[in-house]
Amino acid sequence: MVFEKVKKIIGEQLGLDDVSGVTPQTSLMGDLEADSLDAVEIIMAIEDEFGVEIPDDAAEGFKNIGDIVKYVEANQ
Amino acid sequence: MKRRVVVTGLGCITPIGIGTDNFWRALLEGKSGIDYITRFDAADYPTKIAAEVKDFVPEDYIDKKEVKKMDRFTQLAVAASQMAVEDAELKLQDIDSERFGVVLGSGIGGIGTLEDQHGKLMEKGAKRVSPFFIPMMISNLGAGYVSIALGAKGPNTTVVTACASSTNAIGEAFKIIQRGDADLMITGGMEASITPLSIAGFCSMKAMSTHNEEPQKASRPFDSNRDGFVMGEGSGILLLEDLEHALKRGAKIYAEVAGYGMSADAHHITSPSPDGEGAARSMLNALKDAGIDYGEIDYINAHGTSTPYNDKFETMAIKSVFKAHAYQLSVSSTKSMTGHLLGAAGSIEAIACIMAIQESKIPPTINLENPDPELDLDYVPNQYKERNVDYALSNSLGFGGHNATIILKKYE
Repeated sequence: MVFEKVKKIIGEQLGLDDVSGVTPQTSLMGDLEADSLDAVEIIMAIEDEFGVEIPDDAAEGFKNIGDIVKYVEANQ
Repeated sequence: MKRRVVVTGLGCITPIGIGTDNFWRALLEGKSGIDYITRFDAADYPTKIAAEVKDFVPEDYIDKKEVKKMDRFTQLAVAASQMAVEDAELKLQDIDSERFGVVLGSGIGGIGTLEDQHGKLMEKGAKRVSPFFIPMMISNLGAGYVSIALGAKGPNTTVVTACASSTNAIGEAFKIIQRGDADLMITGGMEASITPLSIAGFCSMKAMSTHNEEPQKASRPFDSNRDGFVMGEGSGILLLEDLEHALKRGAKIYAEVAGYGMSADAHHITSPSPDGEGAARSMLNALKDAGIDYGEIDYINAHGTSTPYNDKFETMAIKSVFKAHAYQLSVSSTKSMTGHLLGAAGSIEAIACIMAIQESKIPPTINLENPDPELDLDYVPNQYKERNVDYALSNSLGFGGHNATIILKKYE
């Protein structure tokens, strides 16, 4: 399942011990305090995991983790 | 009247011990931190040995989230800085953060990160280079991260003068407090360059010992069989403080920083100037800055890298500066035990000088088994020596012809 994999990647990249509270509505920068560099690294890891390319303008439109999951599902 | 500057906190992570007590005890025991390289496979390298810090767990000092955004050289500096602040019993909430600064030195910076990311570039292309590559690699991020970790908003800079870096850093931090621009400075250096590319580069220069058969005997400053330096890694951090500020908060005072000098050889990119005339001028400048006579120095912690040239020319420099007194003072190279920490060397050696002043003991030069007839000073061979130290001088001499000297004084 894409969401579970994305959640795991985010947890690893941000060094989170517990990702159980992360939902599709969670915002990377707003809720998880990721900075712009973290966000770039997370997108790279997701591209590698799913073999998709996420252009910058698509990435900039992501409001929450659900948006990332939807993009991956539509472009896989 | 110049402000007086004292040392009120120490932190160190070295190949022979983590923490000042462990480091100092190992120096007195004559313990070597040199062994076979474990960080990568060095089987095909001419030099297969180094002085690695083996038991450092960055997560013991730094939030795990931050650890992965730091190169090892920064992790070492942040951890050692926290040790120094703790040792000084400095309450960060009680000080004026704008008068609290950081000057650190690193010879090479995040070369391990550079190698990893270059590998990604070659293997996967430009789009897979980490956004953290640049901030992890650049040499100033040690000082940058320490300021963030400690909330130090005062003067902040980084010195890059190869093996002289952290002695220059300490000298610059000393001057910042002396002239009144800050009251407290975190200073010293850090290095983490036991990496495949870095070791290969130093091997190609023929600068390193190839005494692979007996790693613990490889660093042998002033010995006639010396054949090059042994790379080390780690960090040494000093908290410098304006004397009045230290007295007001009832701080423990380890020693006073008495003088700082530097010079350039203006001779060659890697070879020291013949006769050590550049190093001699650095020592003379430090003596002048301290306002003392050369006869007052009791102990010199030499640069003493164990290369044929350094040890010969540094000895000549000492003789030219100290004349007959050169034979009265004690000289030792703690690199015989720690290896050469490059940009962090001067700072752990400053800590060795401070402890020598505190405990009236001179750490030895180990592996000095076959004295070189040309090198005839008291190098404190193999066993530490009891000796009162009022003034200690520490030299650091870097590629590029950078020479730096600091003088530390018993606080009275």
